Amino acid sequence: MLGELLFKTVIASIGITIFAVIFGLLFKGIDRKLVARMQMRVGPPIRQPFLDVIKLMSKETIVPENAVGWMYNLAPIICLASSIILLLYIPIGNFEPLLGGHGDIILVIYIFLIPALAMVAGGFASGSPFATVGAQREMITMMSYEFPLAVVIIAIVWKLSNIGGDIFSLQFISSHPIWEEVGLLGLIGGIILLLALVIVTPGEVAKIPFDVAEAETEIAHGLLVEYSGRNLALFYIADAVKMFAMASLVVALFFPYNLSDFIKLDEIVAYIADFLFFLFKVFLVMLFSISLVRAGMARLRITQVVSVYWITITLIALFGLVLLMWDNQYSIKWW
Amino acid sequence: MIPKAFKRALWVFHVNSGSCNGCDIEIIAALTPRYDVERFGIRLVGSPRHADVIAFTGPITNDMVDKVKRIYEQTPDPKVVLVVGSCGISGGVFHESYHLAGPIERIIPEAKCFYVPGCPPRPEAIIQGVIKAWEYLEEVEKK
Repeated sequence: MLGELLFKTVIASIGITIFAVIFGLLFKGIDRKLVARMQMRVGPPIRQPFLDVIKLMSKETIVPENAVGWMYNLAPIICLASSIILLLYIPIGNFEPLLGGHGDIILVIYIFLIPALAMVAGGFASGSPFATVGAQREMITMMSYEFPLAVVIIAIVWKLSNIGGDIFSLQFISSHPIWEEVGLLGLIGGIILLLALVIVTPGEVAKIPFDVAEAETEIAHGLLVEYSGRNLALFYIADAVKMFAMASLVVALFFPYNLSDFIKLDEIVAYIADFLFFLFKVFLVMLFSISLVRAGMARLRITQVVSVYWITITLIALFGLVLLMWDNQYSIKWW
Repeated sequence: MIPKAFKRALWVFHVNSGSCNGCDIEIIAALTPRYDVERFGIRLVGSPRHADVIAFTGPITNDMVDKVKRIYEQTPDPKVVLVVGSCGISGGVFHESYHLAGPIERIIPEAKCFYVPGCPPRPEAIIQGVIKAWEYLEEVEKK
């Protein structure tokens, strides 16, 4: 029994790793192409991130003289590994998450911190003043987006506690979409929470306008300034995987619908159709929360990042929470 | 497999080593939607550690000599140097000035240099220079 479980975990982990790296890089390429088209450019080919990774792998890997060697080399590996672990908990299409269980939504919030923490550790270990500034900025960004993210998730879980069951598991949340449990006020509240989560997403994956920690022009790539070759390639892949995982989390929380719920399909066809539909939903989330925002905005200052998250987005998320609360008292049907 | 990737993913680090800013503007012009070097996978990066090509603009002034050497040493192998503008070749309008340390091959003799003449060179010329550089990097990878 234990041996079987272990075997399944190992096989599935390898599968998830290959899946995460390929689709993470693919979506990164699509994102770059889309942003280029939005800016009236031709843009790089969609396979560009793969070429970047192959090129970085073939470059020399330098460890600076005043870096803390083991930490400096370990950070990219932890960053990539924890990004991949995220996908073991998030339901993909019709497939059940491999490591799901009671309380995994809380765990996922914490695992989302680990890639950022690994980058902070790597930044401090690389012994460059630019990297130190970047690491401090990354920590401040982390503290800023964490509160609105927690408010959004707590609001959803609290609303679902009306039906009872294993509410703190992602599997339960994605099998009970929030839209089916709410009235009119709750619907508005849900949309507001979705908006807050969409704005948290670029902060979580360090994209414009919240990429202050990796600002190329101000602090020379910040955290990544000393990284080169293989280590940089690992960070590059980790960034792509994290982007994919965050978009999957948004899909699991707000759009967990499957094609096979609406159309009658054979078992195998249903799995494939649901998987493709899932990729499409992830694409939509990335289009609206990352690509569109990236094409249309400039980078914020670190003070603006903090005030946007702590004041504006937190207030918006709390307002959504209050609407969900009112929804329990005055239930107005919207359908 | 590796040389093909080099061909389409070249990251450029730009150093102003005493330029009048004319060539810098032309480098930026190569990134604009009209020329869009990103379609070839060419990117401007902010750190020499990430770079494959170091683009120097302008003649090397006395103050910049040690910085230029350090930037060259910080860049991981394989790497090439792209000298943008006439100044880097002959000194250009700053020819025989009192504060020039001279063209780049005198400061880093071991560097593989590619020259883009012009004052300032057109963005097409800069793109062609980068293409020459990637052809060379491909050769290196094959060996």
